[in-house]
Amino acid sequence: MKIVVCIKQVPDTVEVKIDPKTGTLIRDGVPSIINHDDKTGIEAALQLREQLGGTVTVVSMGPPQADVALREALAMGCDEAVLVSAREFGGSDTYATSGILAAALKKIGYDLIITGRQAIDGDTAQVGPQIGEKLHVPQVSYVEEVKEATKDYIVVKRQFEDGYHIIKIKTPCLLTAIAELATPRYMSVRGIVEAYEKEIKVLGFEDLKDDLELDMIGLKGSPTNVYQSFTKEVKGAGTILTDLSADEAVKAIIDKLEAKFII
Amino acid sequence: MDFKLTKTQMLQQELFRKFAETEIKPIAKDMDEAEDYDRELLQKLQKIGAFGIPYSREYGGQGADVLTYTLCMEEMSKVDASTGITLSVHTSLCCPCINEFGTEEQKQKYLRPLVDGSKIGCFGLTEPGAGTDAAGVRTEARLEGDYYVLNGTKMFTTNSGFADTFIVFALTDKTKGPKGMSAFIVERGYEGLSVGPNIERMGIRAASNCEVIYENVKVPKENLLGKEGQGYKIAMTALGGGRIGIGAQSVGIAQGAIDETLKYVKERKQGGKPIGKYQNTQFKLAECQTKVDAARLMVWRAATEKDLHGNYAPYAAMCKYFASDVANEVTRQCVQLFGGYGYCREYPVERAMRDAKITEIYEGTNEAMKMIISGSMKV
Repeated sequence: MKIVVCIKQVPDTVEVKIDPKTGTLIRDGVPSIINHDDKTGIEAALQLREQLGGTVTVVSMGPPQADVALREALAMGCDEAVLVSAREFGGSDTYATSGILAAALKKIGYDLIITGRQAIDGDTAQVGPQIGEKLHVPQVSYVEEVKEATKDYIVVKRQFEDGYHIIKIKTPCLLTAIAELATPRYMSVRGIVEAYEKEIKVLGFEDLKDDLELDMIGLKGSPTNVYQSFTKEVKGAGTILTDLSADEAVKAIIDKLEAKFII
Repeated sequence: MDFKLTKTQMLQQELFRKFAETEIKPIAKDMDEAEDYDRELLQKLQKIGAFGIPYSREYGGQGADVLTYTLCMEEMSKVDASTGITLSVHTSLCCPCINEFGTEEQKQKYLRPLVDGSKIGCFGLTEPGAGTDAAGVRTEARLEGDYYVLNGTKMFTTNSGFADTFIVFALTDKTKGPKGMSAFIVERGYEGLSVGPNIERMGIRAASNCEVIYENVKVPKENLLGKEGQGYKIAMTALGGGRIGIGAQSVGIAQGAIDETLKYVKERKQGGKPIGKYQNTQFKLAECQTKVDAARLMVWRAATEKDLHGNYAPYAAMCKYFASDVANEVTRQCVQLFGGYGYCREYPVERAMRDAKITEIYEGTNEAMKMIISGSMKV
């Protein structure tokens, strides 16, 4: 089975800082990491490879520096790495990005595609599902467990707001991973040595131009306009009262509100 | 010379740092209190390849360099010096004896499982009456048919509580002194080998460090390392490289203490402001960091010299002597900056100060290091 995992290199911070003047991310001094959900996707792919055989290819679209994220994925045990990178791709929104990645995936070939649910910097959760649509393959998002896997179909548990769905899906297909799906393994010392001996294949515009038009990619091919970016205000965690009768709970809440001079 | 790690080494450092912070730091205090090393942690270390870093992939090792090994030693020792010595004795005392002096058969049978991490090694040279004076070894090995029969007692054998493979030094010819010493590969399961309880110590208490008794232990003839009489040379070669690991362990202990102190001086308030705002604190930390940086560069220099197959022994002795001194000075200063809390076991600087002391003593005391250094200067 050929499993392809799409990963994104993101700044290592849960609190993304935004330059109030330009409205863009402040990346200075912030180390880059593999996006958490994507790393979960890598682990899930490696486990499926151990079970079914085959290969795991890791793909990332980004500037040449994204190379480090791909090396890390190789050091965890992925077989091949592909960097999708070209000046023409710069400025792409999720729509253009998914088009470029879909073209790259067509070139690479796949039986199963795994992406993370969403990236911690952009937070859209759009790229994975859009890739599935553009490649016309079935998809399941928010996968929290793989219940059964064969070469022809996969049974997964999808997280849902008030429950879950058990879905059987035919391959080739696309899954988007959430943290519950797997705990990413560490790299190994040997894995790192070998990751730097491997070649990372680069796919540029020229390689993908059969499936891409210039007006479909980059700023020109991006229908999204960001009017404003801002750092979300962080609120303190709430308190949950349990094991209390209704009267006790009411009293506890009123005491708290009085203590804070709210009432 | 740009004093920069390569991209590969940086990623390795990131792996070690993350592993140490996530897997070791939360349990380091408990392991110290229990005076016992967590076996599950051993398995996790084996999984990431920590037990075979500078060994050839041909024999199942990780294929990295000695410098990468020192990065591992530093990161692990930052949070737990016991993990440092556990790795060090295996990697830079036990394995080199087989790697450098073993036959192809011995490498396949014993080195492979050691460097792929499935087995753990130890090194038995020190005896109740023979420490720095390794020539004073009394353990004997008598050839009887196809076996050498070993008799004697080894002291302070690190890892012996759980090790599978023991490198043991014994006299095959008592009349020749050090030239009558030979080295043997001994398996834990051989009859007559018994390991005592963990010796109660001041520091590195989680590490396993026991007395090992050899009573008529029959060791197959083919387990002799090198030739009869080469034991002393084998031991000194291993110890020569091992010191680089101890230097790195010392740097880790010191840097770990500084990192904890940096956090503390920003939080602890006296006289209405954080103690980090006082110049005394700032200057003390500046002095500590300067010394650690110097020690680290000496460790990297010795490691690089070993990677280049140069004459690293004097550099190894210098880095071990200097870095262990720095570890003791720095941890003492860090405890002082913590004040009364630094003396409490609740904070890790107390453990760091206890752990630091041994680095001036083992794998050759610092006095012995000065003999090696002055010898290389032809004083």
